[in-house]
Parts: sequence; C-alpha cells; structure tokens
Amino acid sequence: MNRGVPYRISRLGEGCAVVSFGNEIDPALNERALSLARELTESPFKGFQEAVPAYSSVAVFYDPLSVNFKDDKDPFQKVCGVLDAALAAASGFPSADRRKVEIPVSFGGESGPDLGFVAGINGISEDEVVRIFLDGEYRVYFLGFLPGFAYMGELDPQVRAPRKETPRTMVPKGSVGIAGSQTGIYPLDSPGGWQIIGRTEITMFDPDAEDPARLRPGDMVKFTLADI
Amino acid sequence: MAVTINRSGILDTVQDLGRYGYRALGINPGGVMDRSAVRIINVLLGNEENSAVLEMHFPAAILIFETETLFAVGGADLGAELDGSPVPNWRVTKAPTGAELRFRKKSLGNRTYLAIRGGFEIKPWLGSASTNLFANAGGFHGRALRAGDVVNSGASDAPVGSYPAAGPGIIPGYRSSPTIRVTAAPESDLLTAQSANALFTSEFNIGSGSNRMGFRLEGPRLKLLAETELVSSAVNFGTVQLLPDGNPVVLMADAQTAGGYPRIANVIAADLPVAAQLGPGDTVRFTEISPEEAVAASRRFERDLCFLRMGIKLGRH
Repeated sequence: MNRGVPYRISRLGEGCAVVSFGNEIDPALNERALSLARELTESPFKGFQEAVPAYSSVAVFYDPLSVNFKDDKDPFQKVCGVLDAALAAASGFPSADRRKVEIPVSFGGESGPDLGFVAGINGISEDEVVRIFLDGEYRVYFLGFLPGFAYMGELDPQVRAPRKETPRTMVPKGSVGIAGSQTGIYPLDSPGGWQIIGRTEITMFDPDAEDPARLRPGDMVKFTLADI
Repeated sequence: MAVTINRSGILDTVQDLGRYGYRALGINPGGVMDRSAVRIINVLLGNEENSAVLEMHFPAAILIFETETLFAVGGADLGAELDGSPVPNWRVTKAPTGAELRFRKKSLGNRTYLAIRGGFEIKPWLGSASTNLFANAGGFHGRALRAGDVVNSGASDAPVGSYPAAGPGIIPGYRSSPTIRVTAAPESDLLTAQSANALFTSEFNIGSGSNRMGFRLEGPRLKLLAETELVSSAVNFGTVQLLPDGNPVVLMADAQTAGGYPRIANVIAADLPVAAQLGPGDTVRFTEISPEEAVAASRRFERDLCFLRMGIKLGRH
C-alpha cells in the first residue's frame, strides 16, 4: 500500500475503531481494507480481537481494558497510533492470495423466479441476462448479512435491478440474487429482498466444515451454467 | 447431572459470552444479551465466567433438575419458584433431585438466566456454546430448546458448601425507563442540531418487534443534515442506527456484522445489560458521555466482579 492514502478512523463504542478509506464500492478501496485487516490479523497488537473488512472500511475490535491496562486514558488514541503505523506498513494482497472460484448455477424457472423481472426492466431477453451475467467475473468484497453471505460486484449495467419492494419471507439457500450493482448467494434459507435469478447446488456455508464459509473476501467468482 | 425441559418457553436458548473472531465470515458473536448477569451468576457458582447458561424470555421454560444441582438465576426477575417456593435471583440455591423450576410472573426485565454449577455441557461451535439461530449451529443442536430436551451439565471441582449471593453494588441497575449512556459513533455528526438535541432530550418507546437482533425505538423522528447513501460498514452490539423513517434502532446481541444505515451513537458496554433487559412497552432516554468515562465504567464493573470472585474463593459468604 502506498503511503499517504487518505483514511479516517472513527470510534464505534469503547472497543472498536473503524478505518474508512471512502464511501464507495470500489475494488481499490476494498483492497486497502483487506490489506489492513490481514496486516492486523498477522501482527496483532495487545488487546486486538478481530479485524472485519467491509466494502471500503475495516472495523478493528479490541479489548479497551487490555489495550490500556493501567489507567483510564483513552485506549482509542493508542489504537489509532497502532493503526497509523500498520497503514504505513500494509503491503497489499499479493495476487497469489486471491482465489478463483467457479460456481455452477441453474437460471430461471423455480430456481430463479425473478429472472424475467430483471430481463424486463433492462429490456433484454432472459437468455441475454444469463449470458451477460456469466460474462462477468465478480470480486468478493466482504461477508456479512448472514453467515457466509458474500457481497460481490460489480454487475454489468444491463443486468442490474433494484431490490424487491417487499422482501420474500423465505429465500432458499443457494439462491443467486441481484441488488443494484451487487450480486450474492444466499448461503442459508433466509428472508431476503434481492432479485433471485438462479440457484447453485454448491454448499456456501457448512457450520461443520473446518472452513465454514465457501467464499472469503478478495476471492474472484466466475459463475458457470450448471449441468442439467 | 442434567436438566430436562418439561415445557418450553417462547425463546429458551443455550448461550455463553459469545463467539468471537468470525465476524469476517459474516458470523456475528451472538451470546447472551445481559453479559453482567451471566458473569455474576457464573462467578457465584465457582464456574468460568463464560460457562454455558440458559437464556429465557417470558413465558419461560419449566425445568426439572434430574439430580441434586447447585444453580443460580440472574437477570430479569421472572418470579422463579423451585417446587413452589420463591427463589431469589443472584444467589446460589440447591435443587434436590427431581425439583421443578418455573417462572411465575414478569416483574422486571425481559431475559432471565439459569446457570448451574459446572455449567451446561455443550459441544462448542467455533469456540462458543452460543446458539446461532441463523446458521442453526452452536448451542443445543443449533436451535431453541423444546419440551423433552435434556441438557447435561459439566463437572466442577470448585469447593462446595457455601451458598453465596451477590451484593446490591454489583447487580445492574435494571429499570423499565432507564437513562442509557452512549458515546458518539462514526455518523453522529450527520444529525441536524435539532435532531442531535432530540436524541438526548426525548423519551423513546421500545417498539414491538424488538428482539435479540435489535430494539426499534419510537419517538421524535430524527433527521440528517443531508440525504446520505452509505456503503455497508461495521456495526456492533450497542450500535444505534438511524433508519430511513427517522426512527433509531439499537442493535443487540444477534445483530448483523455490517449495515448501511448511519451509526449515530453507541451504547457503552457497562450499560448494555440494563438496555438488554428492556422490551416492548418500556421507554429509554440517552445521555452522552466521554469515551474515557465509558471505559472507566467498564473498569468499575470488572473491579467489582474481581472482588466478588476473590470473596467466593476465600469463602467469605
């Protein structure tokens, strides 16, 4: 990471500092967030608990009573000093670390009840939506909302669609959804408001697996047409 | 040793102090809503503070102790009775074999905790016994307890023979209309001056539909200086977000790991137990304190708990 990259550190309660690199969905800003999270996880400071990346920010959780054991001085200031140093040292994700993941999907019909809607508002056919969607390669920005739910982007402008006005009470696990410029896969049966265009048989979240989430931040995802 | 659920309540789950280190996978820490209550009753029983407990709402489960068991109840006062006799909160009690524990009426608070000596024996998931109802993992088979479930207890080698109680100094100051202390959050300065003032001078009702994920507050509609579209960023247990309709929501133990609404305040850790006991029909006010005061408040509780633990080790009860 270059020195002099702008960032802002804000306080979220006594035990969390949020480092923000901007307010945009942007691969370069996300890269900075992932780099910093990795740097802190590999070289934790005293009292560090976990670093959680989002689109363009990292939440750094710490135990305020361990960061500053002896006095009532503000532990946040101490953590800010550590973060400034880590930001100067963070070196960026080496490309070897970025996994490429293929996910086979069945589109339309019962698997993708909103494929027609997405085609309709974009004035193209369902087949074209599928073709354009499959053409893209999608970055996993971060995981949130549900265990193992990956926020991915960006979609070609021709296949974007707004969220449903009324969320479904149950979206089956494996459903592939669209919301604005983002795409994502529901790892578990859950309520949800994204437009569902298809479904994968791949298990996206397995609590009993050593690595419960199939995707992790920084992965590049390529969707393929599932064999029927 | 075991406890059988004779009749289930509306939401009885196995919890501990939470599952940390997995937020980056979208797995929230979860855990008990009222951490102070659970830490106190576990200390009273000579358990690790993080030992698994049962968290119950009202109506709560009816439980049977299958063997003689030392237990303690803390958190909400739901009128606990052991074989028909009242059981005070915050005190170790001995249940004879076959005794029945039930909860008669809701007096104060919304979540009560049952800890037993040795803790409940639960296979940890990602290092924690807490139930994650989204992933159907952790706790008792990843789900809320049902009638007929038998939850085993672990072993304890702490000395037996005394029945300690917690003094009033350490018990959280529960009330149904508390003033909760908060610190500023990343988007606090996006509120209009009038709304910032309203946040700290108004009384908010705890809305219906408030649950372990969050409490929806109803009061004066708060406004932002400008329409703001935020990309999702971290939230935490205690974060107060402003919804698009102008109502704040206080995120609780089962909150998601990230959200896109402005974060306008954050409840201090020391006041989360009091907040955690609120429910629909209660009201809340907020007051802002400095981060230094917030840390000092946490430190006071840690010191009090440390004294309680030492006192119990030395048998001064």
